[in-house]
Amino acid sequence: MEQKIDQLQMHMLEKIADLHSVPEGAYNLRSNGGLAGRNTTANIDIVSKEDKPGIDIIIKPGTKNESVHIPVIVSQSGLKDLVYNDFYIGEDADVTIVAGCGIHCGGDDTTEHDGIHAFHIGKNAKVRYIEKHYGEGEGTGERILNPTTIIHMDADSYMEMETTQIKGVDSTIRDTTADLDDGATLIIKEKIMTHGQQYAETNFQVDLNGVGSTANVVSRSVAKGESKQVFNSKICGNNECYGHTECDAILMDQGHVNAVPSLDANHLDASLIHEAAIGKIAGEQLIKLMTLGLTEKEAEEQIVSGFLK
Amino acid sequence: MLELQDICYQVTEDSQEKGILKHVNLKIEDSFVAITGPNGGGKSTMAKIIAGIIRPTSGKILFNGEDITDLSITDRAKKGISFAFQQPVRFKGLTVLDLINLAHGEPLSLNRACKYLSEVGLCAKDYINREVNGSLSGGELKRIEIAMIIARGTKLSIFDEPEAGIDLWSFNNLIRVFEGMRDSIDGSIIIISHQERILNIADSIVVIADGEVTEQGSREEVLPKLLTSSEACSTLMNKIV
Repeated sequence: MEQKIDQLQMHMLEKIADLHSVPEGAYNLRSNGGLAGRNTTANIDIVSKEDKPGIDIIIKPGTKNESVHIPVIVSQSGLKDLVYNDFYIGEDADVTIVAGCGIHCGGDDTTEHDGIHAFHIGKNAKVRYIEKHYGEGEGTGERILNPTTIIHMDADSYMEMETTQIKGVDSTIRDTTADLDDGATLIIKEKIMTHGQQYAETNFQVDLNGVGSTANVVSRSVAKGESKQVFNSKICGNNECYGHTECDAILMDQGHVNAVPSLDANHLDASLIHEAAIGKIAGEQLIKLMTLGLTEKEAEEQIVSGFLK
Repeated sequence: MLELQDICYQVTEDSQEKGILKHVNLKIEDSFVAITGPNGGGKSTMAKIIAGIIRPTSGKILFNGEDITDLSITDRAKKGISFAFQQPVRFKGLTVLDLINLAHGEPLSLNRACKYLSEVGLCAKDYINREVNGSLSGGELKRIEIAMIIARGTKLSIFDEPEAGIDLWSFNNLIRVFEGMRDSIDGSIIIISHQERILNIADSIVVIADGEVTEQGSREEVLPKLLTSSEACSTLMNKIV
């Protein structure tokens, strides 16, 4: 049954998808476990799954410059929402997909959304995938988001994934796996900020199976308060390929970050690199901004917001 | 404008007290003052003391007649003191435009921000949105650092060896930048430098060696002495070559 979008939901949509009104083009809005709105276009079809909760998003081959928004909002305290979304992106398509989930928890019960997204990207197709996770609410209940992303990339396809979790999510385990065929390119940019007692775990596994396949997995994170983060990133080079993984983390207060980059080269021509840097904000960065007239706190805010931009 | 009264700065090295600055007294009224002298003589320390980055062990700093000795870096910046670092700082994520805007104190139009970059010889459209990170060369960072000082437009601007790390071609531009600043600034510029061409455009020159002011006067008075003094000359020549 279709539901109306209320003010709170609109506010959450703004936070997770920069939407100020119902989006143009194809969209599917899921709210509190049900459908709250849908639009399809001549090239992009959205079909509800019959065997389990979720949708299939089918993008016709050759679709250019179209976008799909599939935001999820959970504002009912205590709800545990699980959804399976499958994206079928036709050959030569060039599309932007905006997902994301916002939890507003006004009660004392744990509220959770687990989104399992599978991408089937056709030959030579290009996808920009933007995903934001956000939590808020005056309730004491935990806000939990566990996104899983599974990416299958055909030859010469390209995917850029921007995944962001800046505020209000108490616990998250973010699993992403990808397999790449010949000439495919995957770029992942992750941005995470945790505070208080929050916990964020990221697990990336990328299999570079095709000749000339490329992956670049970059994570920038800030751990404040007593929050904890774990970053696992594994790139397997199973052919002539190039892989790079990088974790850059800023520690503040008593924040804790454990970065475990891993490279698995199974081919002589696999070229794999990992970098990880964790540390507090450099004193000279603070001093430089203070000589421009910022207070230490303002300088810290600028450095953090620039880092996560 | 700026007055240092009996400034001392001591550090403990191998459990011995070492004087980095020894009873420095200095008045800066001119619009363009060059500070020179041998490496390790205390020039950069003095600049950092003026900017508030280092606190002196004793002595007073007056800025426009006000005692600023106990003011923080931020408060001094707000009062109108700018400081260009000898080794500019890199920031992951912050762009050139971000820093120019922060320096100016409020967001600038793109055109005005670009103007500051053009003034230091950078092609604005290539740089304005670049991150101020390790992908920029030392010379590029120095020029961005100088552009930030121009964007601040404060009463007192201090440059710590702006020529360090800049290639010869850029150095010619840099001289033009400082000549332009000298002609247009409504306040004072202090430049720590070993370069004769910078000393040549200064109104006055201060020589600091071994933590003390050893010479101070107009360019006409001080520069000839420096160029004929074998020790100072070799210091200068070493830097130039």
